[in-house]
Amino acid sequence: MIEYALGFAYLAFGAALVLNLWRLAQGPSAADRILALDTMVINGIALVILIGVSQATAVYFEAAMLLSLVGFVSTVALTKFILRGDVIE
Amino acid sequence: MTLALIALTPFLGALLPALMIRTGRNACAVTAGGVTLFALILLLVEAPAVWRGEVLLQRVDWMPGLGLNATFMLDGLGLFFAGLILGIGLLVILYARFYLDRDDPMGRFYSYLLLFQGAMVGIVLSDNVLMLLIFWELTSLSSFLLIGYWRHAPEGRQGARMALAVTGMGGLAMIGGMLILGDIAGSYDLSVILTKGEAIQASPLYLPALLLILLGCFTKSAQFPFHFWLPHAMAAPTPVSAYLHSATMVKAGIFLMARLWPALSGTPEWFYIVSTTGLVTMVIAAVIALFKDDLKALLAFSTVSHLGLITMLLGFGTPMAATAAVFHILNHATFKAALFMSAGIVDHAAHTRDIRRLGGLRRLMPATFWVATIAALSMAGAPLLNGFLSKEMMLEEAVHTPWLGLGWPIPLLATVGALFSAAYSFRLIGHVFLGPQRDDYPAAPHDPGPGLLAAPALLVAGVVAIGLAPAMVAGGLVNLVADAVTGGAAEPVKLKIWHGLTLALAMSAVALVGGYLLLARYADAVARWRRAGVFAAKPVFDALIALLAALAERGTSALHAGTLPRALGALCVALLAMGFAGWGEGALAGSRETLTPPLIALAPWALLIGTCLAAARMHHDRLMMVLLTSVVGLVVSLGFVYLSAPDLALTQISVEVVTTVLMLLALNFLPKDSPDETGPMLRTAQAGLALVAGLGAAALSYAVMTRDGPTISEFHVAQSYPGGGGTNVVNVILVDFRGFDTFGEIIVLAIAALGIYALLDGALRGPSLGRVISWVPDQERSKDRHPMMLVVATRFLLPVSLVVGLFILLRGHNQPGGGFIAGLVVAIALVMQYVASGYAWTAQRRPMDHHGMIGLGVLVAGLTGAGAWLADRPFLTSAYGYVTLPPLEKFELATAMAFDLGVFLTVVGAVLLALENLSRVARFAEQPGPDEPMDVDPSAEPRTAQEKG
Repeated sequence: MIEYALGFAYLAFGAALVLNLWRLAQGPSAADRILALDTMVINGIALVILIGVSQATAVYFEAAMLLSLVGFVSTVALTKFILRGDVIE
Repeated sequence: MTLALIALTPFLGALLPALMIRTGRNACAVTAGGVTLFALILLLVEAPAVWRGEVLLQRVDWMPGLGLNATFMLDGLGLFFAGLILGIGLLVILYARFYLDRDDPMGRFYSYLLLFQGAMVGIVLSDNVLMLLIFWELTSLSSFLLIGYWRHAPEGRQGARMALAVTGMGGLAMIGGMLILGDIAGSYDLSVILTKGEAIQASPLYLPALLLILLGCFTKSAQFPFHFWLPHAMAAPTPVSAYLHSATMVKAGIFLMARLWPALSGTPEWFYIVSTTGLVTMVIAAVIALFKDDLKALLAFSTVSHLGLITMLLGFGTPMAATAAVFHILNHATFKAALFMSAGIVDHAAHTRDIRRLGGLRRLMPATFWVATIAALSMAGAPLLNGFLSKEMMLEEAVHTPWLGLGWPIPLLATVGALFSAAYSFRLIGHVFLGPQRDDYPAAPHDPGPGLLAAPALLVAGVVAIGLAPAMVAGGLVNLVADAVTGGAAEPVKLKIWHGLTLALAMSAVALVGGYLLLARYADAVARWRRAGVFAAKPVFDALIALLAALAERGTSALHAGTLPRALGALCVALLAMGFAGWGEGALAGSRETLTPPLIALAPWALLIGTCLAAARMHHDRLMMVLLTSVVGLVVSLGFVYLSAPDLALTQISVEVVTTVLMLLALNFLPKDSPDETGPMLRTAQAGLALVAGLGAAALSYAVMTRDGPTISEFHVAQSYPGGGGTNVVNVILVDFRGFDTFGEIIVLAIAALGIYALLDGALRGPSLGRVISWVPDQERSKDRHPMMLVVATRFLLPVSLVVGLFILLRGHNQPGGGFIAGLVVAIALVMQYVASGYAWTAQRRPMDHHGMIGLGVLVAGLTGAGAWLADRPFLTSAYGYVTLPPLEKFELATAMAFDLGVFLTVVGAVLLALENLSRVARFAEQPGPDEPMDVDPSAEPRTAQEKG
């Protein structure tokens, strides 16, 4: 049963990643693009966890943790750039 | 270790004069002299053994695998040259103390001089030819500094450049020759090479090796046609000329020919190349010297001529000629150093070196007159002085040496050379000191104090002593050295003044009388010389250098015009050419079983292709490129996870974040769009090239991935725990197996961060500061500098991130993680504070300067590595053990952890230094806000609607 669930999850998150790329490329506004990238990071975290589940190992957990801890910093920096031009002022 | 110490003493001592100059000029000179004297005493301590016929060897294994060992040898020849270098060095130091002006930086002078001295001593004491080459190049470099000592004088700088170019080129040729020689002999040790003379001469590579080595010797010893650099090097201060051109620099080539004499000489090739070059040099330089009006130029060309004489004698290849060569090296060093010093005294006193403006100085400078006259007479070959003895030995050898079966060319030309030599020596005496006293000297000439005169007077005393009692004063030394040069083939000779009525004596007499008569008709000779027209080497040399520079410039600008597309294009074309060259060698696909792509890989694959297509379409929008790069980074991180490389995934994730922030900081000051810079034709060609290169990369990946090859991973995996005490093999490789590489890398990282700091600091000075201040932002600004939500969120995240960083650092040895990743995580946590609350607020709260943190990191890592020495193990050997602290489980402690801490500190410092300084530029460009953590003050009383109204 778990195999089917995992396969479905892979498909769903994979499709989400591709569709996010579509949004990132299309825009139209910069906010759309940044949000698309942020969502891709979230989907990436999910994929890392799924790989860990399917291989029955905890060794990738830190990768997921790190991605969730620092992944949003890029988003923040990009947003700050759009708003103020200067990321650190 | 005495021999090594003799060679190292001047190098170590070179630091002292530069420091001692602060206590005064006398202290400075005494220090330099003391260093030289110390080395000389060390040498004399070893001398008795050499005198008994022993050859001292000292060996320190350095890189035995490469045949590169620090081996020092002291035999008669080495003792002789080292004695000359240090002895005359001492006199030059004394002379220079009184010669240099108050404005001349004396500390620098003595430091350069000692460096040069060390390099020379290193050459003559080296047993390993590779080490000899290093010292050889060091003499070229340090003589460059000495010749160009008067930096303000263009002639000095040009002369120094020319000397470096010519001798450096020769040095390069010699490296090739020495490598061939070592290859033939099977060893790079001179003591071995010298015993393999027959094998070397029988080898088919003998001639190339000989030519390359001789090219090095001839350029260094200023043999025709490379003689032109030496006169231009006369722009140096006179003590330098006296040192470089009497006993040291130019004698290095002679020394090497003498050193390799047993291995290389005796063949027809050696004879015709070496003796002919020497003969031609001797005659041509003697003729030119006669017509030089600059006193030092005259001496320079006479030096070239005498070097030619010695070269010719070594070229004869007979033991007797080698003995004569050794004797003349000694004699030339004494009288030529004295003459250079006298020329310096005249220049000092009369403020000119132009012979046409001098004359009649005999009564004004009697002491200088006597010193210079005796030395010049010795140079002319007048009896009862040392120059006469060796010159007569030379003529004697010339008489017995046929050239191409003819008996007359060498004796005749040798006599002509000696005649001109006598003529210019007489001219030096006659046109400078004799003749009527004049009243138009640029300054009033007078004898100098004893300080300046002491050194040349001592040398002249030697000239007379050897001239009067050669066997007693120099006989033993000459025989000892000749024995070392010829490898024991030289018969001991008894040096004496009177050999009977020989042909050589007659030739000597002809030369002296002819020289006198030639000088008597000097005006006539000058007119002829002028009519003949003089060929100047400097314009040719300058044109050649300009041509080479232009060629290099064209080559560079064709490949590296400063545009990235062209540089990448050149790279791709070269790689593709190499790829096509290997096209026919075997099949593209390997034998390994291919796998079916799993479902999960499908989405990232599509993602990568989509990103590439999007990037190709939208590459003009730079912000878009930052976004797309982030997507690629994300996919690569996922790939690392999928392919079971958690360490790489962790690194990639954190590096991506830092890179994005870095690019955005820079993008603030850059145009947000890249315009089209090329026409449609070129763009199509570039696209085609990119396509082909992409296909090539794909083919290469395919070829590699369909093959199984032996890897060293198994070894590392197997040795990780028993060898390094950690179960995370990636981290053990980084901090243990390849710890030295990591140590080098963090140093590079530190240097890069400091480089960014230096470059940006430079941008905030001078005219570029004006450009930064007048910069106008090209996008609209929101009013909210430091959004409150962001500030609060990052404050909460800071401790969490620090704990995660610490966790990753500590577990690194056994689980995915390590100092590098932990450093990035902590750096990101701190960068978040910078982003949220601004530069000023955060910078005030940082616990430690980033420069200091970088330095501390490198220091911690280095000390950890050095700690292994205490246990008598090689640098960076790690150790580990188990510790039990009561409330905790038993845990492991490894020294590698301290090393990892160093890596961690360096990474944090480097990342923060780079980012902080990029943002510092913006603070100059825009009005910085208040140093508050956020724009609103939540502690203030909220204003009511009434107040607002």
